[in-house]
Amino acid sequence: MSWWTPQVEATLIAMVQAVVILLVVVISGALLSMVERRLLALWQDRYGPNRVGPFGLLQIAADMIKIFFKEDWIPPFADRTFFVLAPAIAMASLLLSFMVIPITPNWGVADLNIGILFFFAMAGINVYAVLFAGWASGNKYALLGALRASAQTLSYEVFMGLAVMGIVAMTGSFNMRDIVNAQENVWFIVPQFFGFCTFIIAGIAVTHRHPFDQPEAEQELADGYHIEYSGMKWGMFFVGEYIGIVLMSALLVTLFFGGWHGPLLPPIVWFLLKTIFFVILFVLLRAALPRPRYDKVMNFGWKVCLPLTLVNLLITGAMILLIDPAT
Amino acid sequence: MQIAFYLSGLVAILATLRVVTGTHPVHALLYLIVSLIAVAMVFFALGAPFAGALEIIVYAGAIMVLFVFVVMMLNLGESAVEQERAWLQPKAWVGPAVLTAVLLIVMIVTLVSGDYSGTISGETLTAKMVGISLFGPYLVIVELAAMLLLAALVAASHLGRSDAHDEADLARDRQRELSEQAQASARPARETPIDASQDTRSTQEGKA
Repeated sequence: MSWWTPQVEATLIAMVQAVVILLVVVISGALLSMVERRLLALWQDRYGPNRVGPFGLLQIAADMIKIFFKEDWIPPFADRTFFVLAPAIAMASLLLSFMVIPITPNWGVADLNIGILFFFAMAGINVYAVLFAGWASGNKYALLGALRASAQTLSYEVFMGLAVMGIVAMTGSFNMRDIVNAQENVWFIVPQFFGFCTFIIAGIAVTHRHPFDQPEAEQELADGYHIEYSGMKWGMFFVGEYIGIVLMSALLVTLFFGGWHGPLLPPIVWFLLKTIFFVILFVLLRAALPRPRYDKVMNFGWKVCLPLTLVNLLITGAMILLIDPAT
Repeated sequence: MQIAFYLSGLVAILATLRVVTGTHPVHALLYLIVSLIAVAMVFFALGAPFAGALEIIVYAGAIMVLFVFVVMMLNLGESAVEQERAWLQPKAWVGPAVLTAVLLIVMIVTLVSGDYSGTISGETLTAKMVGISLFGPYLVIVELAAMLLLAALVAASHLGRSDAHDEADLARDRQRELSEQAQASARPARETPIDASQDTRSTQEGKA
């Protein structure tokens, strides 16, 4: 056993951690489809899928069997390369973003010193999934959905970055572990309340969730950019959206709600509890809010949220200089 | 780090070559995105993660999206591919290629003869260092760039302003309509031929 050095052990542990995080994220993303339908039903005073297995828990198995065995059809008028590439980008870019999220003091995949910037880079790449899907489908509705999606995502990513910059200025680092450690006494939701408000709005818009789901608006666009997709390619968009919800919830917890910090319970439990809270909040938003008109969404982003984040950043900078002018 | 640098550099060069030689506009853009990501990887390998991350966020994530956006809106078909192929004749690219070859020779000679002592994996530049140099020695350039962007923003918002423009157009149209009505009522003698022509037009439409 001469090859069993501490280095090998550390590498193996890191690999196992990465695989476990990947599996948990993908499985919880898939399970969320059932959870969301049950929760929506609860709030809308009906039952939802409760026939398959106890409490409808096996509904996800039925759905998965259906998705896997559906005919995987590529339309003859589609651009094959882009048509196949788009769902892969949709899922891969979001899964890669989980790399930078610190789950507990010891758990996490990568400890990058550009941390949060890596997430913004992946969110930027994620736009192409929708754009390529819409164009490659060769379908008017799909193209319209893709155009809406890219315009919306670009607009909202601008102030999503600015909303976090207040936190970066207060921490003095892009590193996610430093950001969590800086929240040991006070969570960043208190000093960065406006940053939190704008970040959660931008987060919903970037994942194309209700009430910012104009790209797929069923009533007008008949499902938007993934209208021509079937089988597992559509499934990847579908699961990708839920992975986006889990990712945004985990990011909100890490950036504004102190990550793993919390009294009594172990860190992993705190992280999971907070993340589940935000996932449920995402579902509740879908149940409660109507969909605004597309131009209103764009106006709101540029005329309300962007100035708000700029003022927030300005005040944060002034306060940092006032309190601690030396650094 | 050296392997990462050379591999991503190779990917960047190959992808950029495909951007130039490709005939399908959207496929060429995909290669350009790959090329930009490869350049970001080069930055990472050189120890400048902040520049690498910004390369992906700004170039691959925002500017290229606008390129793809516009090309997709143009809905280029087979004719565009033919046109691109026609533009790739040797007489179109020989001139620039010769000039760039001269530059390449100059660079190779400089690299071989000069006392070049830099290494690929240097020290890592943090975001803080980039910020200090941006707002220290290069402050004037940053401010000038900000002014330029502000001017572009004002111009774009002026061009995109639709409400006031539409209202002015509507008012002008209404005025023209009113003056035409006034002219028509001032000359009642002309009413009959106009009516006749309208009648014939309506019958033609009925036949069609």
